[in-house]
Amino acid sequence: MSHHTSIQPADVSVAGLLRTDDLQQLIDALIAAGYDVIGPKIDQCAIVYDQITSVNQLPRGWTDLQEPGRYRLQQSDDSKYFGFAVGPHSWKKYLFPPQSIVSTATRTENGWQFSTDAPPAPRLAFLGVRACELAAIEIQDRVFLHGPWVDPIYKSRRDAVLIVAVNCTSAASTCFCSSTNTGPRCRSGFDLALTEIAGGFVIETGSESGRAIAARLPLESVTEHHHAEASSARAQAEAMMTRKLRTDDLHDLLLGNLKHPHWDDVATRCLSCTNCTMVCPTCFCSTVTDVSDLTNDHVQRERKWDSCFNIDFSYMNGSPVRNSIASRYRQWLTHKLASWQDQFGTLGCVGCGRCITWCPPGIDLTEEVVKLRDAVHANSEDPS
Amino acid sequence: MAVNDLKKRPRLAVFKFASCDGCQLSLLDCEDELLTVAGLVDIAMFPEASSRMEAGPYDIALVEGSITTPHDAQRIQDVRKQATTIVTIGACATAGGIQSLRNWASHEDYLRCVYAKPEYISSLATSTAIADHVRVDYELRGCPVNRHQLLSALTDLVHGRKPRLPAHSVCLDCKRRGTVCVEVAQGIPCLGPVTHAGCGAICPAFDRGCYGCFGPAAQCNCNSLVTTLQSAGTTNDQLLPLLRNFNGAAPEFQAAVQFMNEQS
Repeated sequence: MSHHTSIQPADVSVAGLLRTDDLQQLIDALIAAGYDVIGPKIDQCAIVYDQITSVNQLPRGWTDLQEPGRYRLQQSDDSKYFGFAVGPHSWKKYLFPPQSIVSTATRTENGWQFSTDAPPAPRLAFLGVRACELAAIEIQDRVFLHGPWVDPIYKSRRDAVLIVAVNCTSAASTCFCSSTNTGPRCRSGFDLALTEIAGGFVIETGSESGRAIAARLPLESVTEHHHAEASSARAQAEAMMTRKLRTDDLHDLLLGNLKHPHWDDVATRCLSCTNCTMVCPTCFCSTVTDVSDLTNDHVQRERKWDSCFNIDFSYMNGSPVRNSIASRYRQWLTHKLASWQDQFGTLGCVGCGRCITWCPPGIDLTEEVVKLRDAVHANSEDPS
Repeated sequence: MAVNDLKKRPRLAVFKFASCDGCQLSLLDCEDELLTVAGLVDIAMFPEASSRMEAGPYDIALVEGSITTPHDAQRIQDVRKQATTIVTIGACATAGGIQSLRNWASHEDYLRCVYAKPEYISSLATSTAIADHVRVDYELRGCPVNRHQLLSALTDLVHGRKPRLPAHSVCLDCKRRGTVCVEVAQGIPCLGPVTHAGCGAICPAFDRGCYGCFGPAAQCNCNSLVTTLQSAGTTNDQLLPLLRNFNGAAPEFQAAVQFMNEQS
């Protein structure tokens, strides 16, 4: 199946109510349809994405407290399966793996033999994809599939994925998807979508594959009461979201102030450690290196996640182009929020807040934009 | 391959200065690859491995250990003259090692404390990196070095390529292997954001903070990390042994200790 054209909201329809006790049947139906199910689970003191086979592996009754530079798990006062926001992992680790082999070469009697054979992509069902993450997948689709060059590794993996989205019913303090217009409601880009309410999940379908899975579930009809409850649960996520990012002036604000002293101010705090770019669900940079064995007879071309915060990333002609932390932070923020618009027609940010939480010094891009904007405006109003 | 047989095999020498021998052992530890390595290079001088010791010149010299005696300060000059390419291996050779703790203490006090007859000892007041004495071509970090990186650097040199030695932070490698940040999620003090890559990000994968055994990453911002850890509740008593261990004499870590003391 292919998800390359975004599914129109018109395709989305409510399929029914799945009782909380029947959630395992969804996982079973996905497995029966030939998918390995990837979902949220607790590992390393966080909610990460990993393979699951049972609802007992889901972080039921757990939530995440997030703030700049800090993440803690906490037991919540309800027993929701999906009562948390996004964690340190994103789905890009499956679609655009951290390390992959692009091609291999072997020296033979008849010269070099090249191969670009890739192992078949795993058939994965993503369970628990949030609205901001659907938007991030759509952005990476644009980067890897819709430009002049289609990335074969991404394409084969993307084609083999089924998406079960989950509407957020709460928000972390670091969330700001309403500002980037990427959530919290899942509107398109999924096969199935769940809204968790007391006693069950209101299930929507967004594709043929989604409808086929839904047909295998013991769904009950959705009453007015269920609709109202689902809608108020979703509204709660919106109401909890306090962080904001003004987006209308970003392009000119950032690109028009490349020499502003504020970049040096951020650089005193920025570790240039790459954490923000690694947890970002849209960052797509990689490095490609040819690695030989000892004999030099077997070579593989390896692709690994890389980052504009890595000093080696801009190395060319004998030295790095972005040879300071200020220039690297500026590169990241101006690309994410400004030149991304020129390049791909949207912001590169989906408001998930990962870069805020997982930055050890807690640098908050929404705050940095405000500080820059205020400094620029204060300066332009200064008559001297 | 026939191609390699036609070429003269590069002559390899391994030299030891003040060190524990662990980095040299990393080479001997490459059991599966050792025979291939022995076929690629002519091991002309490796006292830890063989009593066959041939005179220089050498194409590649692996240098382990730091400079701590007047005799060694002279000997490293001779090594430099004999070797086309010097690769230092490990934290002692690249930053002075744990023995550089003497750099902040009284050398005379230590001598009196440790040796019954200190007058027989001829040592320097400091332990310093090889690069403080001679030009070094490549540095392999770590306590000990990562044997995969050692093998890959040797392979590159033998085949005439510049060794690939990424200078980014440990964080990038944690993220590539899916490790959740121990500092952000658990409040464990971690030097990963300022520490040079190469180890494969081992410690955080076992719920331990990085203790910087690969030394400072390129253009690391130690002051911001010190501030970050201090405000997360890490005391200077916890920070000091992190910053001042195997790479304590690295200029960036020395400056970090000074900054840390100024903050309190």
